Amino acid sequence: MSEIALEAVGLVRRIEGAISHTLVNGIDLAVDKGEFVAITGPSGSGKSSLLYLLGLLDAPSEGEVIICGQPTSKLSENERAKVRLTRCGFVFQFHFLLPEFTSLDNVLLPMRAAGRLSEREMRERGLELLASLGLKDHANKRPNQLSGGQRQRVAIARALSNRPEIIVADEPTGALDTTSTEQVFAILREIADQGRTVVVVTHDPALAARADRRMHIVDGKVHQTLAGRGQAELEAAAPTET
Amino acid sequence: MASNLLLDIAWTHVTTRVRQTLVGMAGVAMGVGFTIMMAGLMQGSQIDFLRQLVDTMPHVTVQDERRTAPPQPADQEYGAVQMSNVANVNARPGIRYPESVMASLRSWIPGDVAPSVKTTAIIDHGGRIGVTLVGIDPRQEIKVSKLASQMREGQITDLSRAPNAIIIGQALAEKLAVKPGNTVALIGGEGTEISSTVAGIFRSGLKRVDEGQIYALIGTAQVMMGQNGIINELRLRLNDPLSAENIASEVEGQTGYKSVSWEEANSDLLSSFAVRDFIVLTVMGAMLLTSSFATYNIISTITNEKRQDIAIMKSLGMRESSVRRIFIIEAAIIGVVGILFGWIMGYLLCYSWSQITIYNTLTGTTVPISIYYSPMHYIVAGGISLLSCTGAAFFPARKATRVHPVEIIRGAS
Ligand SMILES: Nc1ncnc2c1ncn2[C@@H]1O[C@H](COP(=O)(O)OP(=O)(O)O)[C@@H](O)[C@H]1O
Ligand SMILES: [Mg+2]
Repeated sequence: MSEIALEAVGLVRRIEGAISHTLVNGIDLAVDKGEFVAITGPSGSGKSSLLYLLGLLDAPSEGEVIICGQPTSKLSENERAKVRLTRCGFVFQFHFLLPEFTSLDNVLLPMRAAGRLSEREMRERGLELLASLGLKDHANKRPNQLSGGQRQRVAIARALSNRPEIIVADEPTGALDTTSTEQVFAILREIADQGRTVVVVTHDPALAARADRRMHIVDGKVHQTLAGRGQAELEAAAPTET
Repeated sequence: MASNLLLDIAWTHVTTRVRQTLVGMAGVAMGVGFTIMMAGLMQGSQIDFLRQLVDTMPHVTVQDERRTAPPQPADQEYGAVQMSNVANVNARPGIRYPESVMASLRSWIPGDVAPSVKTTAIIDHGGRIGVTLVGIDPRQEIKVSKLASQMREGQITDLSRAPNAIIIGQALAEKLAVKPGNTVALIGGEGTEISSTVAGIFRSGLKRVDEGQIYALIGTAQVMMGQNGIINELRLRLNDPLSAENIASEVEGQTGYKSVSWEEANSDLLSSFAVRDFIVLTVMGAMLLTSSFATYNIISTITNEKRQDIAIMKSLGMRESSVRRIFIIEAAIIGVVGILFGWIMGYLLCYSWSQITIYNTLTGTTVPISIYYSPMHYIVAGGISLLSCTGAAFFPARKATRVHPVEIIRGAS
């Protein structure tokens, strides 16, 4: 079988407090390299919480996230930051670009933070990325000079800049119009087809249907898993089966 | 590479907030500028005063005493009994063989030495005032004191022109309403009374000298003491006044006579300087700290406004310490530019002060306010200011960058 890029084992995320709350309640998941997984579910079901765990933005209360074979639960905060910087790109619903910087500078930021390429190489790669996402003419514009769709594409370019194995996106099209939604989804699909692993949270069943697999989450648990691109067939899913 | 990135982000933050940044820089500049001004003024006046003191006083005074009084006969008999009121013979012992002591001192001290007779007398001219009478040899005196240049009326050599002539301080002359040529009565400790002519008036700038010390020839002073031929004080003037303490102890070791440096003679004054220095330094430190409050304010504001950016940078994988450093760099940018302006301002303030002349009541002349210029003032004020700016930024920066990015991202979505 194909190589597993992202794996979650018995993932639990609890909020301890006066009223304790379980956001993610025992999720197992294994995503192959180059696979495109869509996560759906009602609002408040724990989709974002799961994604933060998968993207190492948050640490689980129990369980383990394994990225490209590397368990992450014992990593220090700085080591987790390094994994986020180089192996796992995150795209949010809101673009979260730095407002004072141009598109290109925003895309360059993770590369500069990683410091692995020369100034010239970084620029070339940044411009290439922007061009590949249809933003050739917008490299020197600031976020407030761009449309919502354009901003989100800059954010995707930024997530891709250090060539991460995995892209995680939390409702990346949630705030976009139909045309932009279509573009962004096509881009994500293409990213997966190029061999990267993509996990996307979406509300849109039509979009979810274009994923290789979709996972429906209710109350922090996997409710069902649906397989196949564009196929509507439903499979009852045992959470451990994947 | 990465620090270059941090600098870029920091630069963008401060340059997109021109007004706030300028306020912060102005705060720093004022703190640094006024501190430099105060330091220059304070040290200027102090150095001025010390220079006057050193000009007026003998640098070392060799007295006809021992540090530890020679044992009293009673002490030897009854060792355990403290004898406090055993009267010494009333005559001063004087310095033995003063000429040979002076000759031997002259052979090695870097400076010169002159003999004198120091006693007390009462000067009577309508009213009676007790004074210190110093008998000097005018030809030798000019080598060890600035008395010659402190003469306002008459000259030191005029002491030899009239019998029993004296030179008195200007303050005393005003008190007694005497002028050169007037005759006053001098009464010595033994009851000796002589009639004396005022030959000149001096002004040293030190109040206690101008009011309470008069000069006469050595012979006159010896007559007033009733001790013929006595020399009870040798006065040394050194090429380097700062060597006085060392030389005094060497002289004391060699001659056995108590030798007092000008620093020791004025130790009370010098220690009050130390207290003043401490107070002023505290005030200057506080001023520099206060001037960094604006920076604290700005960094607090920026970190607050940039909560989302901070969360994003952390979520993208930048270390917390790197993100924090951005804001420290911002404070440093504000600090460094502020310090540069503060230096210019401090220099200009010092320069303006030095253009002001004041009537100096000590010397009776109109002189410019003395300012001491020292690169040390600039370095220290700048250093403390930079530290307090970055220190002031550290706490809001740490607070803001500690926040977990998920909290901010959840709040924003
Ligand atoms: N820090 C928190 N404390 C308490 N409840 C939280 C906290 N964060 C999220 N929640 C709640 O947990 C649930 C899951 O949130 P989330 O993962 O954002 O769901 P989704 O993305 O599926 O809408 C929601 O009901 C949310 O209100
Ligand atoms: Mg969500």
